[in-house]
Amino acid sequence: MSNAIQQFGEFLQRDKTVHPPAYTPNYKTSVLRSPKNALISLQNSLSEITGPIFRPDELGPLDNDLILNYAKEGLPIGERIVVHGYVVDEFGQPVRNALVEVWQANAGGRYRHKKDQYIVPIDPNFGGCGRMLTDDNGYYYYRTIKPGPYPWRNQVNDWRPAHIHYAISGSGWAQRLITQMYFEADPMIADCPIVKSINNEEAVRGLIATLDRGAFIQLDSLAYRFDIVLRGARATLFENKIQGGK
Amino acid sequence: MFKGLNQVTRLKETASQTAGPYVHIGLAPKQAGFDIFEKNFTNVLTTPNTKGERIRVEGRVIDGSGTPLRDVLIEIWQTNSAGRYNHPADRQDKPLEEDFRGWGRGSSDFETGLYTFETVKPGQVEGRSGRVMAPHINFWIVARGINIGLNTRMYFSDEEDANAKDPVLNLIEWEVRRKTLIAQRSEKNGEVVYRFDIRIQGEDETVFFDI
Repeated sequence: MSNAIQQFGEFLQRDKTVHPPAYTPNYKTSVLRSPKNALISLQNSLSEITGPIFRPDELGPLDNDLILNYAKEGLPIGERIVVHGYVVDEFGQPVRNALVEVWQANAGGRYRHKKDQYIVPIDPNFGGCGRMLTDDNGYYYYRTIKPGPYPWRNQVNDWRPAHIHYAISGSGWAQRLITQMYFEADPMIADCPIVKSINNEEAVRGLIATLDRGAFIQLDSLAYRFDIVLRGARATLFENKIQGGK
Repeated sequence: MFKGLNQVTRLKETASQTAGPYVHIGLAPKQAGFDIFEKNFTNVLTTPNTKGERIRVEGRVIDGSGTPLRDVLIEIWQTNSAGRYNHPADRQDKPLEEDFRGWGRGSSDFETGLYTFETVKPGQVEGRSGRVMAPHINFWIVARGINIGLNTRMYFSDEEDANAKDPVLNLIEWEVRRKTLIAQRSEKNGEVVYRFDIRIQGEDETVFFDI
């Protein structure tokens, strides 16, 4: 329990150099959807260091198996992959019980979404979403089909590299993060205006999953390793005291 | 990882990327047009047992051209009606309601851009240095075109005294901008509704926080 309390300190300030700025005109949609005023800086209060806690019984047994969780009459088409890794904070501490939610296109690059009209067919056996909680070591894994790249309306000939979206809820509201995972050696990464919204090569490398030969499932699946770093919580308690403590 | 006695090394936070236009697939699949999970996270925070004044929060998120975002996803986080967060770091001496998590997830309507939450009015919660904060709901907003999630707070129009003393509202130097965080109370068909429109850019741009 002492460990559990320790991880609920104030969060380190966000290092903006690793994140894309709000206004990135080469990603055109950001132009009208970026605040023009500076954000107001806030020291952490209980409103920021606390956050929703999720329970294993809120998830279903197949929620982390995208190969089976929407299989209706057969298996989905495409390269079978395992994606796994650790969710840690900036101090390298595991983030336990983090909710990791993922979503993606199918092997042809089409999303099962009523707004996606791409010419590639929907795969009747593939939903394209999954979710899981990290274990005590911050570890997560899921099975899926490798998503395909697809064209999109930005510049006329822009394509998204293959990617899987991630939403991660850690132990506090200020840790909430949405990002995208890309695949090692994909030539489309370098051209993508959304990837290029990040002006930091090291930060981009951090979004690229590595082919993990040691985790292949023989005669079945490739594997990729993708670790996620959330903001660090200082070991000291909020204002060096337990809230409400005597 | 440990490089030397006098070297402070830390890992870097993973970079943010936009949620994209299809965020509903992962976070609200029913809205994307299909049913996959047995249990879904929703915009209803209350159960029949929840204590406190029932309220509906509704509004739109509006871009720099005045157009409502019809693909936005919003999460909210709040205390219960007694002013306590359902989280082990909140050790205030106030009643905790086990079945009120205080978290909800909603998305705007694909036609109208309207989002709604069914919840209760939160209580006052301790801020820094023992200064009490006025009742508020924390908002987190993501969508296509938003490169990193936007954080803001919603305060209540019928809490004028508490708002006037709120340490966070008072951090905002420009009084005219504080108003962007205050939701207007009204009653519709016997229901208490707070209207909270969020303007990402343009005249009356909502205050967003670097938390």
